[in-house]
Amino acid sequence: MPPGATIDWFPLWLSLRVAAISTALALAIGLWLAWILANRSFRGKEVLDAAVTLPLVLPPTVLGYYLLVLLGRASPIGHLYELVFGGPLVFTWQAAVVASLFHSAPLLVKSARAAFESVDRSYERAARNLGASEVRLFWRVTLPLVRRPVLAAGALAFARALGDFGVTLMIAGNIPGRTQTVAIAIYDAVEGGNGAAARVLVLIVSALALAILTLANRLTSNPFGPRQTAL
Amino acid sequence: MIEVRIRKQYPAGPDSASFSLDLEFRSSAGVTALFGPSGAGKTLTLDCIAGFVQPDEGRILLDDQILFDGAAGVHVAPRARRCGYVFQNYALFPHMTLRENLDFAVERTPRLGRRRKVAEMLERFHLTEVAGRRPYQLSGGQKQRCSIARALIGVPRVLLLDEPARGLDAPLREELYSVLRQVRQDFGTPILLVTHDADECFALADEMIVLREGRAVQSGPPRVIFDQPASVDVARLLGLYNLLPVEIRSLDPGRNSSRLRFQDFELTGPYFPGRLIGDQVWLLVRPDQLSVAPRNGRPAFNQIPATLLRTVDRPERLRLEFSGDIAVEVPPAAVEKYTGVKEWVVEFPSAGLRIL
Repeated sequence: MPPGATIDWFPLWLSLRVAAISTALALAIGLWLAWILANRSFRGKEVLDAAVTLPLVLPPTVLGYYLLVLLGRASPIGHLYELVFGGPLVFTWQAAVVASLFHSAPLLVKSARAAFESVDRSYERAARNLGASEVRLFWRVTLPLVRRPVLAAGALAFARALGDFGVTLMIAGNIPGRTQTVAIAIYDAVEGGNGAAARVLVLIVSALALAILTLANRLTSNPFGPRQTAL
Repeated sequence: MIEVRIRKQYPAGPDSASFSLDLEFRSSAGVTALFGPSGAGKTLTLDCIAGFVQPDEGRILLDDQILFDGAAGVHVAPRARRCGYVFQNYALFPHMTLRENLDFAVERTPRLGRRRKVAEMLERFHLTEVAGRRPYQLSGGQKQRCSIARALIGVPRVLLLDEPARGLDAPLREELYSVLRQVRQDFGTPILLVTHDADECFALADEMIVLREGRAVQSGPPRVIFDQPASVDVARLLGLYNLLPVEIRSLDPGRNSSRLRFQDFELTGPYFPGRLIGDQVWLLVRPDQLSVAPRNGRPAFNQIPATLLRTVDRPERLRLEFSGDIAVEVPPAAVEKYTGVKEWVVEFPSAGLRIL
């Protein structure tokens, strides 16, 4: 690192904060969606599933464009947001949260749906048979049974939210000190010839992602102790 | 008291034939066994009673509550039915200890009585020492007892058991039977038991209903059904008889006798009222009603020559399987001096023969 050059840590903290909030939102909305997809049958269910998956395959710019149109100052949603919070949504760090959410939630919904579907139906039947309401069944039986795969999915969503570039750039922009997330900061650093700062941030993001993926892997193995060896 | 009249239709799928359940029965206190081969609709019947499956039409009445009425549009939610269900795989919640599994079932009752109730159940089913363990740390018998305790702790109005003895070895099976007899005596809860094991019906059931392809083909006390199967189908399902195709050659009501032709041989039996000479019927005889002797000259009265195909060792009894689909069960001592003999005569009693 050349003398005098310092690394701006703000993008890293912003990214962590944005990823944490968007993961929390993704868990709340995604679990609900996943549960519906796994347990209810209705017309257009597979269309809904496809729509939820769409952000995984669309180019980030396309997704970003849709969000700009949907949340921009001219749109009803953007207008409502401005009325409630007193400022526009786009090109703020909150917009980065929305970007991360759309970037990461589909992954969570996919894995959570698979987790819900893997729960043996007889546990849910047993709970209902024993007088449990649907709410109690969900909190006391279904959710604990899928706790590990859901946490793993949450970890993956967090890692993915941390890495969003395109959607964030489209709707939150690249405002240093305000909306510049770590992925954008790295791009900026490389473009601006600040290779040293880019290297440090690249290494930190890689290490974080590796740690999160390791955690996710440990979560998905070995639920409820060793199955074969009885005491 | 439970009264069931249900109809449920499943259209043929891409890889399944169509199936229809059309069943009517009632049972009061005691143990009622739903007996039949797999695919007869036994578990489906339990699922309809528990409310997991909604029948197309009919009525299910438990004590004085209508659980289901197709015409009136009544379908009580499973959680409000108070039917104890013991699942085939026990369905103990794997993330809870045994005690928590029982707690879950009484959470709606007042807190004060809860602990005592759970402790009482654990004690009664000999589970107190392992109450803090998770299901994967329990033996098959303990899981079995826990699932029965969990089903009973909420004081259900009927106890539904889906193949409870499946996968248990002989000692555990005996233990289960004695637990169920105890439950029957102590709780007075009517028990509805699904099984494909004829011995189990004998061991436990006060009444049995024989199911085949979604229909009840016979019902009554097990003893009566085993003595008088209503049809060849029922006899086959019970799997306890020799069923031999015979033709009636003569009938003599005066001497209470008849002559039956089996392959090239003639047997003498009792008079069969309501039958005609020339009828092709099935002769029904239990393996232990027959006796055997090594073949020696011409077969004597009511004896048929047969070739021994194989012997199967059973505790107490030896099962000999002969050509012509004849099986004979004798005490091992009766034949042990004839090892290696292939050609035998099988002797039929003339009094105990029945036809279908």
